[in-house]
Parts: sequence; structure tokens; C-alpha cells
Amino acid sequence: MKDGARHWLWERATALALIPLTIWFLASIIAHSSSGYGEFVAWLTNPLSMVLMVLLLAALFYHIALGFQVVVDDYVHSARKPLVLMAVRLGCLALAAVGCIAVVYTAFD
Amino acid sequence: MIIRSSNQLPQYTFLKRFPVPKNFGLPATSRIEGGRTWPAPSGARHIKVFDVYRYNPDSGRNPSLDRFEVDLDDCGPMVLDALIWIKDKIDPTLAFRRSCREGICGSCAMNIDGTNWLACTRFISETDDLCPIYPLPGLQIIKDLVPDLTHLYAQHEAVQPWLSAKSPEPEAERIQSIEERQQLDGLYECILCFCCSSGCPSYWWNGDRFLGPAALLQAWRWLADSRDEAAAERLDRLDDPFRLYRCHTILNCTRTCPKGLNPGKAIAEIKKMIVERQAEKDQNVGG
Repeated sequence: MKDGARHWLWERATALALIPLTIWFLASIIAHSSSGYGEFVAWLTNPLSMVLMVLLLAALFYHIALGFQVVVDDYVHSARKPLVLMAVRLGCLALAAVGCIAVVYTAFD
Repeated sequence: MIIRSSNQLPQYTFLKRFPVPKNFGLPATSRIEGGRTWPAPSGARHIKVFDVYRYNPDSGRNPSLDRFEVDLDDCGPMVLDALIWIKDKIDPTLAFRRSCREGICGSCAMNIDGTNWLACTRFISETDDLCPIYPLPGLQIIKDLVPDLTHLYAQHEAVQPWLSAKSPEPEAERIQSIEERQQLDGLYECILCFCCSSGCPSYWWNGDRFLGPAALLQAWRWLADSRDEAAAERLDRLDDPFRLYRCHTILNCTRTCPKGLNPGKAIAEIKKMIVERQAEKDQNVGG
């Protein structure tokens, strides 16, 4: 299996993973819509929530990076394509990292 | 709704053409200018109007849209009949490909009333009152309705559309069971008219490297053949971000196939086979 198939497979794997993770995330947010700051932090910093949150961020931003790569492959035909692709990947990696650091930071604050 | 065959008529048509200005984004020499009008012979009672794309590379002029009034009482029922009538009676310089007039040679593929189809199997009565006829979109035009198919044929050849077997040649034919033969139904009927590849947006953007639905349907036709023994090599050649994976299941190919085939499904089967073969390999390594 080479780049093409790997990309195709991961796009589908992350999409599948995102279904339960998104439902869990939205349900949790709605359930805490009337909670105060302390309660919300307590929810986010319990170990299960932290693990799921990090998984959600990883799956989400990896899926976004793969999706943007499709757009770049389809439409960018100039010599700058590697640069655009690099920017997309680094951008997604940075956003995922910021999210994960924020989760950990909240737990140890 | 997933389209499975071109005989599924759309339930709604929101817009006949995508709402951008005509000639939007075309290079200066490709912009279509107004052409001349060729009136029907006097005395014609049932008149049908066709706007036909004209381009003559020798004239040095831009392409144009000529308006032909066709006398339906003097002409056969198909769009190809109307084109032949125009060539015979009105303008002998109109260029188009045609051969079998029964939907088996694939020569007369063109964009009729907004859909890629064979002119010989499209009834005039199925088209709008003012029916535009263009050559297949996204291709270099040689003259009028004749596109250059060189690259499409090269891509067909690139999938090696022939039986490849390493086992010694048998005394008689290579036998297939009825079930094995049925795997080829819906694949072998392709007549290489290229309505599908020329209707595929991915092929428009990346036709130089993406093989396109016509060639990929043929790739699957040989992967699905029980007598073929080169599946591994075929899949290795296809597993490429551009050759295969520029297909995003848009399904214009299936929607436009004048033979009612489903290239979109064939491409999905190839993608599935690549993943399944990898899973088998992993199992062998682990076990």
C-alpha cells in the first residue's frame, strides 16, 4: 500500500472515529450548558475526558489535514505546491498541539 | 441519492447550467463568439433549432456557435440524423465523427443539451426546443465536434487492457464458470466513447495524471477477470494519489454513461481491493 491508498484509508478511519467522538463531545457540552466554571473544569480534567479530548483533537486535525491535502492535490498545480502542503500540515499540527497542551494545562493548573 | 445508472432521471433540475457567465475563465482564443444562422429550407413546417459549436483551426478565428434550423419532416429521429441532415443539406463543412449509428462504436459522443451522450442514441424529441451541441468538454478540439482523444487512448493502454497470465497456456480455452463470467457484466460493454472521462471534474483539473473513469473501468474489468493473473502488478501500478485517487466519487461518469454502466462503482471496487490485499499481506506477515 502506497501514499494514495494510505491517505484514502486514514481519511475513512478518522471519519469513523470522529462519529462517536463528536457525539460524545457535543453531548457533554450540552449536558454542561448550565454548569459553572468549576464543574466544567472538573469534567474536562477527569482522566477519561482528557483521553477522549486528545483523541478528538488528533482525529479531527488529522482529518482536516487529509481533507485539505485533497484540495491542494486537486487544484494547486504550481511549483509552490510542496510549500502549500507543508503550510497546511504544519498549521493543523500546530492547532492540534495547542488544543492538547490546553487540555493538559487545564488539568495541572 | 447514489446514482447507479444513467437511466435514473434526475427528479429536479435546479439550474440547466452552472451560474457563471458564459466564457468564464476561458483563454482568449477559446472564447465562443456568436456565429451565423442557417435558416431552414422554405416550406419546412416542423422546425427544430440546434446551436452547434463550430471551430476551424485554419480560419484563425475563435470558436463560434452556429444556429441551424432543421426540418424535422425531412430528417430521422436521432440527433445524429439531424447532424447528418445539416451536413448533407445545409453546411457540408460541419465536422463530426460517426460510424455505426446504433450506439456500439462510440464515435459520435458529444455534449448534447448539456449531457455527454451518443448522438445516435439520443432522440431529438428528448432535447430542449433550443438544443445546444458541443464537443466533449475538457478536451482539445481538432475541428467543430471532433475532440482529440490521443491522451485518452494512451491512458487506456496504460492500464494494460489485455489478459496477463503466467500459468502455461492450456490446450484449449481458459475456462470460466458462469459465475466468473458474470463478474464481467457491466464492464465488458464499455465502447470507449469517453463520455465519462470527459464529464469528470477531476479529469478536467488533473486529466494529465488522473487515468479517468473510462480507463479505470477497464482496469477493473481485468482485475475482475478470473483468468487474469496479474492483479498484484495491476494494483501496484494503480495505487497512486493521481492515477486512481483523484476520483472523489462525484459520479458524473455513471450519470452520463450512454451504455448505462457504472464506472464509479468499478473505481470503488479497485480502492477496496487495494485495501483488502494489504490486509491479507499483513495477516500473512503476522501469522
